Amino acid sequence: MTQTTTTRRDFLRVSGIVGGGILFASYIDTLDAASTFVAPGAVDFAPNAFIRMTPDGIVRIIAKNPEIGQGVKTMLPMLIADELDVEWKNVRVEQAMFDPVTYDPRVYAAQSTGGSTATPNNWLPMRRVGAAGRAVLVTAAAQIWGVPESEITTSAGVVMHAGSGKRAAYAELFDRAATLTAPALDSVKLKDPKDFRIIGRSQGNVDIDGIVTGKPLFGIDKTLPGMLYAVYHKCPVFAGKVVSANLEVIMKEPGVKHAFVIEPGPDTPLDGLLGGVAIVGDSWWLVNQARKKLKVNWDEGPTASQSSAGYAAKAAELSKQAPARSLRADGDADAALKTAAKTVRAEYSYPFLAHVALEPMNTTAVFKDGKMEIWSPTQNGGGRRLTSQMLGIPETDISIHLERGGGGFGRRISNDYLVEAAAIAKMVPGTPVKLVWTREDDIQHDVYRAGGYHYLEGGLDATGKLVAFKNHFVGFGTKTRNQQGQEVEGFVRGGGIGAQEFPARFVPNFSFGASLIPCGVPTGFLRAPGSNAHGFVFQGFLDELAHAAGKDPVQFRIDLLSAAQVGQIPQPGQNTFDPERMRGVLELVAEKSNWATASKSLPKGTGMGVAFYFSHRGYFAEVIQVTVSRQGALKVDKVWVAGDVGSEIINPTNALNQVEGSVIDGIGEAWNQEITIDKGRVTQTNLNTYPLMRMRDAPKMIETHWRKTNFAPTGIGEPALPPAPPALVNAIFAATGMRIRSLPISKHDLKWS
Amino acid sequence: MNVTFKLNGQSKTVDVPADMPLLWALRDVLDMKGTKFGCGSGQCGACTVQINGIPTRSCQRAMSRVQGVDVTTIEGLSPDGSHPLQKAWQELDVPQCGYCQAGQLMSAAALLKRNPKPTDEDIDTAMSGNICRCATYLRIRQAIHVAAGTTAMPVGSGKSGREE
Repeated sequence: MTQTTTTRRDFLRVSGIVGGGILFASYIDTLDAASTFVAPGAVDFAPNAFIRMTPDGIVRIIAKNPEIGQGVKTMLPMLIADELDVEWKNVRVEQAMFDPVTYDPRVYAAQSTGGSTATPNNWLPMRRVGAAGRAVLVTAAAQIWGVPESEITTSAGVVMHAGSGKRAAYAELFDRAATLTAPALDSVKLKDPKDFRIIGRSQGNVDIDGIVTGKPLFGIDKTLPGMLYAVYHKCPVFAGKVVSANLEVIMKEPGVKHAFVIEPGPDTPLDGLLGGVAIVGDSWWLVNQARKKLKVNWDEGPTASQSSAGYAAKAAELSKQAPARSLRADGDADAALKTAAKTVRAEYSYPFLAHVALEPMNTTAVFKDGKMEIWSPTQNGGGRRLTSQMLGIPETDISIHLERGGGGFGRRISNDYLVEAAAIAKMVPGTPVKLVWTREDDIQHDVYRAGGYHYLEGGLDATGKLVAFKNHFVGFGTKTRNQQGQEVEGFVRGGGIGAQEFPARFVPNFSFGASLIPCGVPTGFLRAPGSNAHGFVFQGFLDELAHAAGKDPVQFRIDLLSAAQVGQIPQPGQNTFDPERMRGVLELVAEKSNWATASKSLPKGTGMGVAFYFSHRGYFAEVIQVTVSRQGALKVDKVWVAGDVGSEIINPTNALNQVEGSVIDGIGEAWNQEITIDKGRVTQTNLNTYPLMRMRDAPKMIETHWRKTNFAPTGIGEPALPPAPPALVNAIFAATGMRIRSLPISKHDLKWS
Repeated sequence: MNVTFKLNGQSKTVDVPADMPLLWALRDVLDMKGTKFGCGSGQCGACTVQINGIPTRSCQRAMSRVQGVDVTTIEGLSPDGSHPLQKAWQELDVPQCGYCQAGQLMSAAALLKRNPKPTDEDIDTAMSGNICRCATYLRIRQAIHVAAGTTAMPVGSGKSGREE
């Protein structure tokens, strides 16, 4: 760790060179107000790559991770600012480029948005970054005043020595501080949490002024001098290839400057560079108009024979056989089912889903003098390696600006749209090109949440205790290479399941196996991947078992969480399932929703459902109340949420926003959403066939309660989602007696009398 | 064709194809990026502007039908972000990703102009054409109430909401 005294302008250039990042001076982003507070010749204080303080008291803090609406651009700088001990109102946040040299992932955690990891992985590193800056200022004051460092305190940008009554604003110490070396990050002393002044207090979104006034904040808003616009037309059947296209017709269309075929990248993954036709021109609307005249002969490839109906038939066939592989076996489930006082069998299924971030996929790129510069609303820097592999450009010659994303939900973990833009830009060297997908491109070329089928059996003893549990999961598979380089069949990405899936280890006789359906559809990570489907299956089926046992659904779950654990039990720790923490949130949500009396006193047509789920290190239990009219119209009345994500809710306003968004997202997925495959292509096209939640369908009220526990804080972007779908179907059962075992709910007639 | 219209109070003339939607004239011809492309089919509301005060999906409005009209975009909602809705959006920290919010604000501003004291039901009806994929709906509803000075229903959200 070194400190520098360079000017703002030098700081930019140095960062750029160190990271291999800023390559074309003419395209450097204009940093808002950068020039307003750097007085010529003034000494700045930049103890590390994240902090630059200027003599006017402004503190510029780097937000390392990509922002897609999860609030990390506000939250990570809060961690630094609190330990640096400055006023939040003086902080100006600046988005980092992808730069794994400056922001070494081994030291600071990766510049990546996914898996709700920003909080747990950055909680200590970002605080240490701030604390290291503060430590240098304390040392500077101690040297100037000739007093021990241990007698010096700080508060909101001021250094103080109580014994002598001496005080200095941070800025007064910059000359001395600049001569000092910042301490090693792992040696700095962190604040006692009771002294937090920024962490734990609501801080509004740092980009809110620009958002409410329409400033160009998002990837799709990027404009460069001389920029052209592009569309990219791929085969509707996944991984189909271009045989021929009427490019000469397209070239004559108004506004079109270039039209060319792009071949698939070498050994491309399904979310890499697939083949297609690019049309490039003066205006996005004109090139998209020209696209309507495009005629392509496709080699559709093997996926053309796949369909959702075929998948369902294959699942039914596989369900009659033993699972192809065992995932877990405790006791003897088959024997216990034979002797159980009561057994319940059920089939659960859920469809493929799309992400549908509201900002369509887009990327701007320019290829000049052998170097590729990219501006992309991506969730990570993976586009650098992908672009290198697909286009044969060295990684050191590729730079990526992490633009604000208009929603991500896991979609932008894949960088297919990024490498497409780079491939197009490479064909027109020197000219910046902005690729923008249509909504139809987005829905028909997503990396989908994989569907799945579960064949479940449960056995209860005479007291209603769950003594046997069996599941045959029929999921989707593909050929991948293992670490030895051998081709093996495995779950598709995002379509797998863990052997610890609850109620694993809380049932003495437990059998869990899986079979695979070959799948050529690209799949990926949708917010709370896996969990967003498995929550519905397991918490729905547990509800059936509770009712079969004649027990209250909350009490049945508490009994299960209290059961003796069996089989292979993972080391207890922050990241593994802790039944005490789950029981805590379940009891809290039952109390806040007045479950014990309210759930039993509702008229027919109104019902409350409960569910819990552990994902991404977070514990959430939720109660949903619904009303179903006699005609079958569903209304979600109210949702109660109890969450445990550790000792601190770092930014309460955003945490609540994320919880509410996750709950409504989960309700919308379960209620209305489905991607179907026919002849290897997606049949849905736009929002009329893939409906998203609207205000009138959202619950009128979501009440969130935190249970703070003595564990380091964990992420909030995902774990509130998985309990929502099962709480919803369990509420529909309570209201109507109708058990939903396949999604979406909209395909079921909820009429009752 | 040359189309002359009023944009945020100022007269503009642009030479564009007659069937180019207003959305793309705003974004790519006039370089006003506040109005967003979401679905291109009038279903998401991200491209909402006001035409003669009426909330309009700019992706569905050909420039030939913009001749002589009065267009207000998010950039013209107020000169300095001081419209009561913009202030309420900030006070309640409404956005997550923020992409839909320009469209939400333009629909909400049109609602308050014709109905200064809307009920929850009025708000739901007026705002259900605007999708927020992050689902900030409870805060949007509450922020409209705050801007209107009507009593908000007790919602456990927002910076001023209940936190435990």
